[in-house]
Amino acid sequence: MTIPFLELLTLENIQALGWIVAQVLTITLPLFLAVAYLTFAERKIIGAMQLRIGPNMVGPKGLGQPIADAVKLMFKEIIIPSGASKIPFIIAPVMVMVPALMAWAVIPFDKGLVLADINLGVLYLLAVSSIGIYGVLIAGWASNSKYPFLGAVRSGAQMISYEVSMGLTVMTVILLSGSMNLTAIVEAQQGMWYMVPLFPMFIVFLISILAETNRAPFDLPEGEAELVAGFHAEYSSMPFALFFLGEYANMILMSGITAVLFMGGWLPPISTPLFDAVPGFFWFSLKVAFVLFVFLWARATLPRFRYDQLMRLGWKVFLPFTLLWLIIVAASMHIFGLVGA
Amino acid sequence: MKLWHIIRQFFLLDMIQGFSVTLKNLFKPKFTMNYPLEKTLTSPRFRGEHALRRYPNGEERCIACKLCEAVCPAQAITIEAEAREDGSRRTTRYDIDMVKCIYCGLCEEACPVDAIVEGPNFEFATDDRSKLIYDKDKLLQNGEDFEIRIAERLQKDAPYR
Repeated sequence: MTIPFLELLTLENIQALGWIVAQVLTITLPLFLAVAYLTFAERKIIGAMQLRIGPNMVGPKGLGQPIADAVKLMFKEIIIPSGASKIPFIIAPVMVMVPALMAWAVIPFDKGLVLADINLGVLYLLAVSSIGIYGVLIAGWASNSKYPFLGAVRSGAQMISYEVSMGLTVMTVILLSGSMNLTAIVEAQQGMWYMVPLFPMFIVFLISILAETNRAPFDLPEGEAELVAGFHAEYSSMPFALFFLGEYANMILMSGITAVLFMGGWLPPISTPLFDAVPGFFWFSLKVAFVLFVFLWARATLPRFRYDQLMRLGWKVFLPFTLLWLIIVAASMHIFGLVGA
Repeated sequence: MKLWHIIRQFFLLDMIQGFSVTLKNLFKPKFTMNYPLEKTLTSPRFRGEHALRRYPNGEERCIACKLCEAVCPAQAITIEAEAREDGSRRTTRYDIDMVKCIYCGLCEEACPVDAIVEGPNFEFATDDRSKLIYDKDKLLQNGEDFEIRIAERLQKDAPYR
């Protein structure tokens, strides 16, 4: 008589489920808000750098602009091209969006304030952030249109290439901290942030995450001059908004990773009683905001790379350089007896 | 030179230079005009919407000499005239097709009595072209609406004429 599934619906299980959902929502909802206001910050900052003032009409100081944009996108029609493969076409934006949210599970916001304090946090991050490529590739393929296809191919090649140098820079951090647990990595930076001893790696990592998130100056997958809008050229309305959200959520995620790996996560810049009194979450968000500013700053400053230059930079400059630096770090740790510190 | 080039590339010196430019610009005052709320200053010689002026006693200035009609390169002006009861020569019809008009200001230059002028107003866009064919009433109305600014503008430009 009993249905097996119903037996699982005990009060404890429902409570546990509710607790998990609540935890997830406390991370994702502020993240959506952050994404919305990141688009606003982008328009304002790039505007200011080009001596414009940016959006300032909707709401006080233009602060209602992201909401107006979201409402506009929601009321647009979802157009599915007649030649497109329907199901992949609809799933692809979700596949870009979800990994960018999933990765936040292991990012420590403050001491002990992390959803899943797993030992292989770094590996998890690298794995999850790679899944986003599938969404892009599927989107380009399912659109059944040449420009999205070319954009997706470019995007795939680019993200895979830069994952290599990104992974190697992360390796140096793992070497120094002796752990893949993100909380442990942050705590190992107590005396000195890793961006100081690993400064060249920090720069390489910053450039790699620009390429990894398809941002200017590496935004070739959506190079509007030649590919209309790249892999999301055929998308409209909410699916398009999901790509957009995914891109910006990825930016925030990458900034978070940079803050944790190189800039000491929730640690204050100098350990004084006053700085220690400030909650760690504040320092973490400040660092994320700084890296995000660098993202936007780069977009306002640099012209787009040519595709062969992009590949040359990834494979012929960053790969040997990071490999060399990895060896230097490992060797110096061995010489100075820091192994397993 | 080759070595310097390599050093410059390796240490991203050009990029640092570029980034510093954009950072400086971030704090500079902005050029944007919040258009409907703020407006740029217009020169006294600005050639905007036309207006027919009147003398302070209320008599219209235009004496129907038709010089403006003759000089108009776009042939946008149409004038018909006849004698009024008191014997003075006045226009019965003074139309300007604002769609044809090229805003060259020759009508204003040609006018011996400063009757037809191009005022400071440029915000007369409409959703209907027929509204852009101005008749005498509309032009005189414009003269009334903008008289203060037109007079100021003519006075400022007078020393250079």
